[in-house]
Amino acid sequence: MTDEPRVAERRAGADPRAELAVAVLLVVAGLAAAAFAVLIVAHPQTQLLGATLGGALACLAAAAILAAKRVVVREVAVEDRHREETARPEDDEALAAELRRGGDGITRRRALGAAAGVAGAGLVGALVVPVTALGPGLGDAPNQTPWRRGRRLVTTDGEALRADAIEIGSFASALPEGADKRELGSPVVVVRVDPRTLRLPRARRGWAPMGILAFSQICTHAGCAVTLFRYPVDEQLSKGPALVCPCHYSTFDVRHAAKPVFGPAARPLAQLPLAVAPDGTLVAAGPLSGSVGPAWWSVKR
Amino acid sequence: MSGLEREADVVAAIDRRLGAGRVARKALRYVFPDHWSFMLGEIALYAFLVLVATGVYLALFFSPDVSGTVVYHGPLQTLQGAEMTRAFRSTLDLSTTVPGGLLMRQTHHWAALVFVAAMVVHLLRVFFTAAYRRPRELTWLLGVGLLAAGVLEGFAGYSLPDDLLSGMGLAIAYGVALSIPLLGGSIGALVWGGQFPGPGVIESRLYILHVFVLPAVMAAAIAAHLALVVRHKHTQFAGPGRREDNVVGTPMWPGYALRSLGLLFSVAGVLVLLGGLVQVNPIWQWGPYELDRATNGAQPDWYLGWLIGGLRLMPPLEIQVFGHTLVPNPFWGGIAFPGVVFTTLVAWPFLEPRLVRDRARHDLLDQPRDHPWRTAFGVAFFTWVALIFVAGAADRLFFQFGIPYTSQVHVFRALTLIAPPVVFVVAKITCEELRRTRVRPGRGGPSRRVPRREDAGFDVLGGPP
Repeated sequence: MTDEPRVAERRAGADPRAELAVAVLLVVAGLAAAAFAVLIVAHPQTQLLGATLGGALACLAAAAILAAKRVVVREVAVEDRHREETARPEDDEALAAELRRGGDGITRRRALGAAAGVAGAGLVGALVVPVTALGPGLGDAPNQTPWRRGRRLVTTDGEALRADAIEIGSFASALPEGADKRELGSPVVVVRVDPRTLRLPRARRGWAPMGILAFSQICTHAGCAVTLFRYPVDEQLSKGPALVCPCHYSTFDVRHAAKPVFGPAARPLAQLPLAVAPDGTLVAAGPLSGSVGPAWWSVKR
Repeated sequence: MSGLEREADVVAAIDRRLGAGRVARKALRYVFPDHWSFMLGEIALYAFLVLVATGVYLALFFSPDVSGTVVYHGPLQTLQGAEMTRAFRSTLDLSTTVPGGLLMRQTHHWAALVFVAAMVVHLLRVFFTAAYRRPRELTWLLGVGLLAAGVLEGFAGYSLPDDLLSGMGLAIAYGVALSIPLLGGSIGALVWGGQFPGPGVIESRLYILHVFVLPAVMAAAIAAHLALVVRHKHTQFAGPGRREDNVVGTPMWPGYALRSLGLLFSVAGVLVLLGGLVQVNPIWQWGPYELDRATNGAQPDWYLGWLIGGLRLMPPLEIQVFGHTLVPNPFWGGIAFPGVVFTTLVAWPFLEPRLVRDRARHDLLDQPRDHPWRTAFGVAFFTWVALIFVAGAADRLFFQFGIPYTSQVHVFRALTLIAPPVVFVVAKITCEELRRTRVRPGRGGPSRRVPRREDAGFDVLGGPP
């Protein structure tokens, strides 16, 4: 056989100390593995399990590497690489001819090709379209929220949020009372700032009683929860109050109706108009001002 | 000799039934060239084996059910009475009450981190030594596909437990899916079964992807990748006696088999030790996910860091047409950026021959310096991706070193544009100088010519060049 690699260098003969070391390592590996088996029944403590099983594998590794380097035959071999053999032009031609021969005598080649194309397209369609069973279209979902005029704001524990309990500079999460909290349009953040500093658009002048503002909590960039509220201790030294999403640090200026001022978000958070009910609790004064969450085709600015 | 007869008997018995004697003998004599960098791919392979082994154990105890909630009563005091999905609950249980469960879960997680890391380093080695050239373009494509599948598999895996980080990751994935121009809304609704977080179907869909579809695809791709490696035989570096038309190295039996087995046990041993001794993804500290929860300074598994960086660095650009959002912002960092990276990787082995007009077959590897232009491009491209990766951890840099986050974002935005061309020029000049002066950093002086003897050239092989 011409393929046989030629041995260029061959060293046989084991180092007796290496042989002994390999034997010891193998025995230790066996014992450590057995200890793992006992521990997992008697005392399944993660660190001990990891140390025994990992130790057994490490001993096996050391034994194998030591055996390769000092015990078994060490060889350097040279093998010819028949570079022309992996793709010979005459083989390719024979193969192509074989493929062609299968179609000898066909007259309406083009018609059959087109018909096969129809079959293929139909089958692909039949296989792909069932994917639509996975879910409905989004439709108008991002514009629909459970917030309605008069709906009470409650905490995640279901307790009503009182307007006078919210201090300037504070931050709270709220949900619509009785609504599904696993709905994207549900969670809002409630913050309070000094009402004199507010710069809301004219149409939203009445949306922030006592300087209390509520915005959709779902970031308009990629849908994370906006859970950070930056409220400056000293406005001379730092920037104004802003809501920040911890995923990509999109920053929304609350005084300017959550206008994005830093980071990748391009759209403001939808605002929830608020009112204070006669009993002092916060209620919605209408639906959210716009689409909730990340943008897609049907989301308008 | 009785030993020899016994082996002959066993072999004959097998050969009678398989007829594989000749092939097996050839396999035993298969020659592996020696270089440490040829083991990077093997590390990835062995990490994959550890993933399969530990993953099977985890699948026996995990439930991907997020359709309803249960109230927790168990050994974890901080979560007593908390409402959570069965997915989260079963992950807690397999981490606390299942014997060896936490070891398996943490080993699985560490193995995933190492798996993708080994693939990336392997890819860099193959790129800078130009091992992808004719006839190995398909091997390269399979490798690039495995990297993409590995990243997707990892993301699906850590999205399963329905802990806080899972949920945050899925929220971002939903935002990115929605950002696909025109089709995004439909794709998002299909995958999640409606608007995020959907009717509790996403976890079971990710589960079948994670434990069956992707592993099966990856196993097939690995098999094809290795089959192609053997078909064309390994590449090797040029050197005394090492030519385009031969392979010099250690035969499979016994030396290489034992060494590779040693590497398998090393990888498995290190991963199990990490799994047992070094905590990873302690989901009971993050807690279950709710729509209105998110935590500051959260980082995904490392191999998604580049995408987080892309999402964070992108300025607030969205393209509007007729009052509709054609290109939402997450598209740039979450789809266009990885799209450019993977398209470049896929196209490279077909692009390079056109650019340098070299369509010949190559079985000898380049040293990075041999081809300054390619090396410079590779370093610049890698720098670009790496900078965006580091930018993804800018919040951690803020926590660790107090560098203001906003300043970092501005600096990184500028660096991703400025650094690659600078690095390109520096790398190109360095390669050209190395080639000109024949300096081998860390390897002593310039190489010498060793004349080959007439009788036999073998003694040249072992020694230094």
